[in-house]
Amino acid sequence: MNNILSVKNLKVSFDEHDVISDLSFDVERDTTVAIVGPNGSGKTVFFKCLLDLIKYQGEIKWSENVRIGYVPQKLAVIKDLPLTVLEFLKLKENNNTKIMSSISAVGFKDPSADEAGRHIHSDTRVLRAKLASLSGGELQRILMANALLGDPNVLLLDEPTAGVDIQGEKTFYSLFRELKKDKDLTIIFISHDSEVVKIYADKIVELKHDH
Amino acid sequence: MIINILFLILIGGLVGASSGYLGSFMVLKRMSLVGDALSHVALPGIAIALTFGINPMLGAFLALTIAIIGIWYLNEKSEGYVESIVGIFFTASLAIGILITPEPEIFEALFGDIDKVTKLDGLFIILGSILIFAITKLISKKLMLGIVSEDLAKAQKVNISKINLVYLLLVGLVVALGVKFIGTLLTGALVIIPAVTAKNLARSIRSYHILSIIIGLLSTVVGIFIAKMYNFPTGPIVVLVGIGFYILSNFIKK
Repeated sequence: MNNILSVKNLKVSFDEHDVISDLSFDVERDTTVAIVGPNGSGKTVFFKCLLDLIKYQGEIKWSENVRIGYVPQKLAVIKDLPLTVLEFLKLKENNNTKIMSSISAVGFKDPSADEAGRHIHSDTRVLRAKLASLSGGELQRILMANALLGDPNVLLLDEPTAGVDIQGEKTFYSLFRELKKDKDLTIIFISHDSEVVKIYADKIVELKHDH
Repeated sequence: MIINILFLILIGGLVGASSGYLGSFMVLKRMSLVGDALSHVALPGIAIALTFGINPMLGAFLALTIAIIGIWYLNEKSEGYVESIVGIFFTASLAIGILITPEPEIFEALFGDIDKVTKLDGLFIILGSILIFAITKLISKKLMLGIVSEDLAKAQKVNISKINLVYLLLVGLVVALGVKFIGTLLTGALVIIPAVTAKNLARSIRSYHILSIIIGLLSTVVGIFIAKMYNFPTGPIVVLVGIGFYILSNFIKK
């Protein structure tokens, strides 16, 4: 078995109320796992456990050398926050070459790049834009670029297309497919959309709201 | 006389610049009223310092440090109603401060008196400002990441709670540095107004920080100059100059 993650008897309680109880499953390396369940079933809470942000009972065991890239559902970006995309990405990584390659990887490529695919440059216009001015879909791709900056082998995506329009959703999932093809990635994503889950997930973990 | 005015302008400018820099984060953290509320805590510290013949700036800093650690601890441990507890605590500080401040000094403590600024105060301000700039620069990326997304910051192993405590202690320090110039009632304004003005004009976070520092510096320098020329109290003039810049920025804003 080549498991990258093993969850055993996970339990999370707030004020003596169980949000997650007795959850156990394994995730194989380089697979895509969807976490599904109704609102309030603890999907985001489960991600917080995976990231070790909250207290839990039970066991969460990652394999050695795991590098997690996390894409949150949203940012607390106020309408007039003056932070540009480049400045946001530089909060994590100072190396410009890495930043350019990560924004190319999420589809911000220079349209004038030659057909043979050599000299593919990044579309640097997006780097100068303010984070608060991006559309929902563009913001999700920048968050994905941010996650890729740490050269992750696991991606955690919390409802990546919530609040994104249909076109943005299409772009995001074609990117999702490309990333899986190009990189050795294990992806764990939360989704409400049963169609998306059917298409992209190798395994589905359902959290129930029966506690 | 001229040397004295230059000295006051230099150290006043330093207080303005440090306030502007710290304030630029405070506005984005949506904590604009915290600077104002914190400045009230300085009053009992000043009163006790005056009673015992200690430097009021030091008294203010000690009172602010104790209050900040208390509030930070409450925030960490308590699960609700922290905001209302903090509100009660701040107004209680103001009430106690007014009661125990010796009467001849009450106006000076509330609104500042630039003529009472000594060379030793100047030294404190220079050292304090260097410390504020150095530490804020050091934690600026972590602070900003926490502003954009606490979860993302924590996932990148940033200790948000520790960073917030360090930041609030720096705010306490800048309020203490400003009390002799501006007084306890108005130092909070010096932290917030330059940042709100800069936000109207900035095209990036870098320009936002720089503009906030420059507007903080200009507000105090111009304010001190006008106050000295026309023999007005410094605090209100500095704040009004800052508000003047803010109004102007609304016309320039894109």
